[in-house]
Amino acid sequence: MNILVILVPCSLILGLGALFAFVWTLRHDQYDDPAGDAARILLEDDEETRHLS
Amino acid sequence: MTMASCPGCIAAGPVAEAAAVRDGLPTHELILPTIHCSACIRAVETLLNARTDIAAARVNLSRKRVSISASADADPAPWVTALAGIGFEAHEARGIQKHTKDDGLILRLGIAGFAMMNVMLLSVAVWSGAADSTRDFLHWIAATIALPAALFCAQPFFITAWSALRVGRLNMDVPISLAILLACGLSLYETSVGGEHAYFDAALSLTFFLLGGRVLETRMRRAARSAAADLAALEPNRVTKLDGEARVSCPVDDVKVGDTLWLAAGSRVPVDGVLLAARAQVDRSALSGESDAIDIVKGDILTAGEVMLSGPVTLRTNVDASGSTLRRLIQLASVAEGARSRYTSLASRAAAIYAPLVHALSFAAFLGWTYATGDAYNALKIAIATLIITCPCALGLAVPAVATVATGRLFRAGVLVKSETALERLAEIDTVVFDKTGTLSDSALVPETDLPADACAVLKALAEASNHPLSRSVLPGLADLTAAEMSDINEHRGQGIKGMWGEIPVALGDAGWIGQGGGTVLQIGAQAHALARRERALPEAAETVRTLRNMGLVVHMLTGDSQGNADRMAATLNVDHVHASVSPERKQALIHDLQAEGRKVLMVGDGLNDTLALTQAWASIAPGTALEASQNAADVVLLGQHLAGIPKVLHIARSAQRRIIENFSLSALYNLIFIPLALAGFATPLMAALAMSTSSITVTLNALRTRAVP
Repeated sequence: MNILVILVPCSLILGLGALFAFVWTLRHDQYDDPAGDAARILLEDDEETRHLS
Repeated sequence: MTMASCPGCIAAGPVAEAAAVRDGLPTHELILPTIHCSACIRAVETLLNARTDIAAARVNLSRKRVSISASADADPAPWVTALAGIGFEAHEARGIQKHTKDDGLILRLGIAGFAMMNVMLLSVAVWSGAADSTRDFLHWIAATIALPAALFCAQPFFITAWSALRVGRLNMDVPISLAILLACGLSLYETSVGGEHAYFDAALSLTFFLLGGRVLETRMRRAARSAAADLAALEPNRVTKLDGEARVSCPVDDVKVGDTLWLAAGSRVPVDGVLLAARAQVDRSALSGESDAIDIVKGDILTAGEVMLSGPVTLRTNVDASGSTLRRLIQLASVAEGARSRYTSLASRAAAIYAPLVHALSFAAFLGWTYATGDAYNALKIAIATLIITCPCALGLAVPAVATVATGRLFRAGVLVKSETALERLAEIDTVVFDKTGTLSDSALVPETDLPADACAVLKALAEASNHPLSRSVLPGLADLTAAEMSDINEHRGQGIKGMWGEIPVALGDAGWIGQGGGTVLQIGAQAHALARRERALPEAAETVRTLRNMGLVVHMLTGDSQGNADRMAATLNVDHVHASVSPERKQALIHDLQAEGRKVLMVGDGLNDTLALTQAWASIAPGTALEASQNAADVVLLGQHLAGIPKVLHIARSAQRRIIENFSLSALYNLIFIPLALAGFATPLMAALAMSTSSITVTLNALRTRAVP
């Protein structure tokens, strides 16, 4: 059962990674406009958007 | 984050752009009720970003708004006109919505999800046979994750439960908080003595699923609130003031007593005042229901809400914006909360039965087992297990999931649901009462029957060139004609439109401006043809009434108009009962009488004279063209005056009602199976996890079945 000593921290670190990723998306307003984000995927990245980014 | 590996994210366009708008802090917001796809986003953003007076514009499709960064005192009127030019209806939002406040809830949901999944992984190891020191080790790790996570994530429940308990009441959050706290406490004790069963995963999945329901509920409430804000924006909130000789545009709220306002023909009177022009024609249907035009002369009183049929005219205000008749009526309607406040939602009725029942059962289990075995600790364990298993996980999701799906479908169809219990009340409707003027019918300009065909063609060409509501109303009557060839067309704002028909000068507009005739006149060369105002049924009105009658509803028509006009319209539309020449108070009384007979009445109306009736009725719908006061009073608003949306709203409401009841039955069924097991002392953490997850998922999936088709 010594393998648990490695496996448990591994699973916790992976889970924490996902949690931090989630908090990051939340901080960057990624849940503000789900419908719009889904629609924007179809838009071409034209000159104008590149300027702003 | 290693996002760069995804080609679509290298540019990271949307995020950076959103940040740009946020850093520049949006100064204006426009509401765009008709946008629905990526092409709309592109068109709106390209148009607005190309303007020199706008720093940045970004569309939010979920909220159907565009946030604009510009200088704070910029006038949004030209943007609205520009958007109208490419086919998008736009309204200025009053005040920018504050940044979303459910971020805290979503964060809690995320943490609960993370903790639940990790603890569940550890629990699977325990369930598949880990024993002795390994089990204790896994339990301790689970405890270190679960305790802080549960205490942090479940705070919203603790807070509402505590505020209910303090005033001696029970709500749904009391059994929830109790279950979470007891599950954590019992599991911690069990872990410390090396016991077999720990309920950490149950405590967390309970928190996770219920937070999910809570997030949906908050979003719904916010959507209802922003719907109400959208409606306020449909009312014109800018007026043209005469400052000496200059015309300046200013917000309605800045109007003071004694200001001189300039009104184009077809615009609505924003504030009560006295007519300064020599003569004018007004439409009072919004206030009284009369469909005929009324002539007034200099010095007569104009009341807010009336529509100018001739113009342009000037008026001197005799109150400021807050003292206007319109505002007073709005306040009246908001005080007279009717059915809305009397109705108890299905969820709270369920909670009222459920919460005491759950507590009684657990307490009975504790007493019963203590009495039977004398082992108080074991009895306590069984009582807590009962509480955890019966906890209203599915019940917490049953209503919000269905309501989210239903209002989402309605929002996409252009229907705004303002009240949280509106759908439940709409599902119970058995009688529909329509107001006539403005709701089932409108007034249109019709040419004399002996007008020659070429004159009709000229009329059509002129009317087509203008966006003015009066010109627009001419067009349906001329649908089968070809417009004449015209040149040099130009519109004189608020007065009329001029052009050249070959060599002959032609004009369509106000009689005063053209210089002959009365009302609205079509001039060809030297000859003038008067246009009369007639009432006609809206194109979809007859179809809507028929559909409603086929659904088994009784249809009434109420109007402040004369018996003759009412009977004519009733015959065209085939309604069951007609009541003509009724005052606003009488309208309210009629609805009250119908409800006293045990009928559930849906009132559909748009005028100020309908506000009382709208609040009195069991449920109410207002068309998008209605005045702010009526829209405030109504539960549901149809954007774009689609009467045909009414049967759809009723179908979705009924479907939603069925889904909610099914969801209640489903969660009751799960409890019927698991409560006896828990009471008998056979409950295990695995069983609790299974019961909770399956019931929550079935309830959510069932909610997705809410449809408009019966």
